[in-house]
Amino acid sequence: MINQRGRCKERRGVSLPSKDMMAAIAATRFGLGARPGEIDAARNDPRGFLTDQIRPEGADQPRGGEGSAQRLAEVSAYQMEKRDAKAAQREMGSDAKSPPVKDLQKELRQQAGDDFLARARLGASTDAAFRERWTLFWANHFTVSSTSLATTSVVGPFEKEAIRPNVFGRFEDLLVASSTHPAMLLYLDQAQSTGPNSKASANQRKNARKTGGLNENLAREILELHTVGLEAGYGQADVTEFARAMTGFSVGRPRDPSPHQYLFRDNAHEPGARTVMGNAYSQSGQAQALAVMRDLAASPHTARHVSTKLAAHFVSDTPPPALVARLEKAYLDSGGRLDEMARVLIAAPEAWDPAPAKFKTPYEFAVSTWRAVGTEPQAIGKLAPVLTGLGQKPFSPPSPKGWADEAQTWCAPDALIKRLRFSESFAATAADRLDPNTLAQSALGARLTPPVAKAVARAETRREAMALLLMSPEFQRR
Amino acid sequence: MNAPLSRRSLLQQAAGLGVSVSFLGGSAFAAADGAMAKRKMVVVICRGGMDGLSVSPPVGDPDYAVLRGAVAVTPDQALKLDGTFGLHPALESVHALALKGQARIAPAIASPDRARSHFEAQDVLETGAAEVYGVGTGWLNRTLEAMGPSNVEALSVGATAPLILRGKVQAASWSPGQGVDETARLPTLLQDLYKADPIMGRAFARGLETEAMAQQAMTGLNPAPTPVSTETTMMAATPMWRNAVNAQGMTPSAMAPKAQAVAGQRQGREAARKLGSTLAGFMVQAGGPRIAAISLDGWDTHAGQVGQLNTRLSYLDAVLDGLNTGLGAAWSDTVVVVATEFGRTARVNGTGGTDHGTGSTALVLGGGLKKGGIIGDWPTLKQEALFENRDLRPTLDMRGLFKGVLAEHMGVDRAALETKVFPDSAEARPVSGLV
Repeated sequence: MINQRGRCKERRGVSLPSKDMMAAIAATRFGLGARPGEIDAARNDPRGFLTDQIRPEGADQPRGGEGSAQRLAEVSAYQMEKRDAKAAQREMGSDAKSPPVKDLQKELRQQAGDDFLARARLGASTDAAFRERWTLFWANHFTVSSTSLATTSVVGPFEKEAIRPNVFGRFEDLLVASSTHPAMLLYLDQAQSTGPNSKASANQRKNARKTGGLNENLAREILELHTVGLEAGYGQADVTEFARAMTGFSVGRPRDPSPHQYLFRDNAHEPGARTVMGNAYSQSGQAQALAVMRDLAASPHTARHVSTKLAAHFVSDTPPPALVARLEKAYLDSGGRLDEMARVLIAAPEAWDPAPAKFKTPYEFAVSTWRAVGTEPQAIGKLAPVLTGLGQKPFSPPSPKGWADEAQTWCAPDALIKRLRFSESFAATAADRLDPNTLAQSALGARLTPPVAKAVARAETRREAMALLLMSPEFQRR
Repeated sequence: MNAPLSRRSLLQQAAGLGVSVSFLGGSAFAAADGAMAKRKMVVVICRGGMDGLSVSPPVGDPDYAVLRGAVAVTPDQALKLDGTFGLHPALESVHALALKGQARIAPAIASPDRARSHFEAQDVLETGAAEVYGVGTGWLNRTLEAMGPSNVEALSVGATAPLILRGKVQAASWSPGQGVDETARLPTLLQDLYKADPIMGRAFARGLETEAMAQQAMTGLNPAPTPVSTETTMMAATPMWRNAVNAQGMTPSAMAPKAQAVAGQRQGREAARKLGSTLAGFMVQAGGPRIAAISLDGWDTHAGQVGQLNTRLSYLDAVLDGLNTGLGAAWSDTVVVVATEFGRTARVNGTGGTDHGTGSTALVLGGGLKKGGIIGDWPTLKQEALFENRDLRPTLDMRGLFKGVLAEHMGVDRAALETKVFPDSAEARPVSGLV
């Protein structure tokens, strides 16, 4: 714990920069990069510009796209059609894929591509870019990745249904929304997890069918990644007990009462009381795991874990301890209210240090280039290969931990070469109608340094000027 | 639409399959004597917790089939090694090498970490520390430091930089894509702007240098483009049949379209083999890197393990085959170690998979290996022998294997191994008699 004196000293020690600088920081560090006119709009009251973006109804929603239940119904229809086609093939002895099946699969993938494009367009165009960055942070905290056709189809809907409505509410609600969403239940193998002593297992044994059993994947990642973190010191027994409590959290099959939606299967639930991290849970049914989640959300370890990640994302790869401590306090005092944490972050002097500490991820970099020139991406076919090449394949974080957040990962030699290639080709399509010096001013404001301004002014062509601006340390960082 | 793919696009596919490669350069070893100066080492990290009990199934252990049930490799399927162990049927090339004494298994090995967390265990594996957060740099990077680095090169093939080669030595990285002319005006102007930045300048300089090296590595290969579909879609690089049984309401057989899977797998194997041979292409260049690391993702087989492992082990086998073929005569100077952050539960779980465990298998390959049986002891799978009544009990510390290879094969100073490369690892005695 940080003592009160130390904290005051540090607070006094950090002075705020000019309003011009704060306006630039509001748009570039808290937001997703300045659109033309955005820094001007923030200048009068940079902090108010950000707090005005906090709202109880949560994040903005990208346009279009079906809900997760419909998507999963389509996946299920596709799989049935494929099975039929396969049976037909066996009869006819043909090796070729029949055309309707192929079209359906393509369509399902196209839908996922459309989801991603809609999200990127929202990021490129929104006037409330802090709200969107805040949302992306939580979507990454509760990662779902495209590991199967089913998860590919519902990553977009997951963000819209579980994450976006809850980003300024209570952490516990966000945790429960994530942990009961079909996308998460499928991604981390929870949907089929069955209590060894449940009715479902007994029936399977009676009918001499293969018996199901426990799958601890989601329970482990909730503990380690979503809530208390490894520092909390839980053991394997806690993971197993929590996994037992979670048995029954599943997804409706086509003939269930709620097809393709969250379904609690009471007959798959492991009967009996559980003990997780020293707390006893005697509840029955889904109330048991929900009670565990409530305690996890209220844990000081969760407060610290989440606060550290937030400070690292918004301020520095090595987050200032005093800021982490204030965020923790806000979390615990407010019962895990995320809007309160956002306010503490905006108020924090540490977050307004003019030195651009954070290195943009590929997605942040791409979004900020569109924002700089005031356009939006038009085609997923162009966007996806660029992001994949830069190491951030759309909707495909490499593990449940989500995308990395620190410069060490993204500022790799090859990645810089690829960013340069992207900047050159972007400039080739966008630069000719723009004045580079005006662009540099509107994109970076007071963060534009003399060496970069000079390099842009002295460039041989508009394209070269724009590529230099996009590749400058000031633009690559935030 | 079918058209021959260029080597670059094949490699791009490989990158999309979750494969990435890292190098550390040759000049650090310039001081070493003649024979040692040619020695090479490759570390393959299988991320996600590779199931050792499938990689080298102990089909002769009476408890194996009982514990593993439907996901057990049967004695008929296993590629026989000895009375107890076989190799997974997808590891054909590895098996061929094993028959020549050029591949061995360490069937009960683990890092010192016991938390069963991917992220913590990978950190421990890559930092070489005794515990998580012990060190912030990778042990391959510190290996070069220990040898007295001068103009040391480090390169990762893949868009991001892995922990194992982070450290004082600037790691370069490379992945397939359109190149950049380092003598053009723009790179020169940018290098000026990066002078004040703490990391961008040296990273960018490395990137430009590596581009030139990559051209050479690829032209050194036999051009053998294989006709495969060039149709790519946004998510195509993740094998669609992976985790297929996760999808609800469907039986596994209905979701694993065999024809598609087989075609995709063949294509994946070809891409993986190219990646291995391109890595070899870098390494056989004069002054090329002598230490490299490859990452392979996708080993976290909580459900539908049999199909997933078949695919992933097939890629692994192809990468190793590509390396072996591409290195040619240099294979006899090379040792390859394949390792993972932890093994998986001894028992099959309820979803046709296995959960995070402890002991797993490491593979050791190379043309100069001494013949021998398994590396380390086999603890058996008897219930009382299991670690926490759950996992294969490790009998060998991963650091001991790495230290053994670095000492005997690469000639790294033993005192430096204990103090710099693997601090606090005295209890992990170096494995001896490998080469």
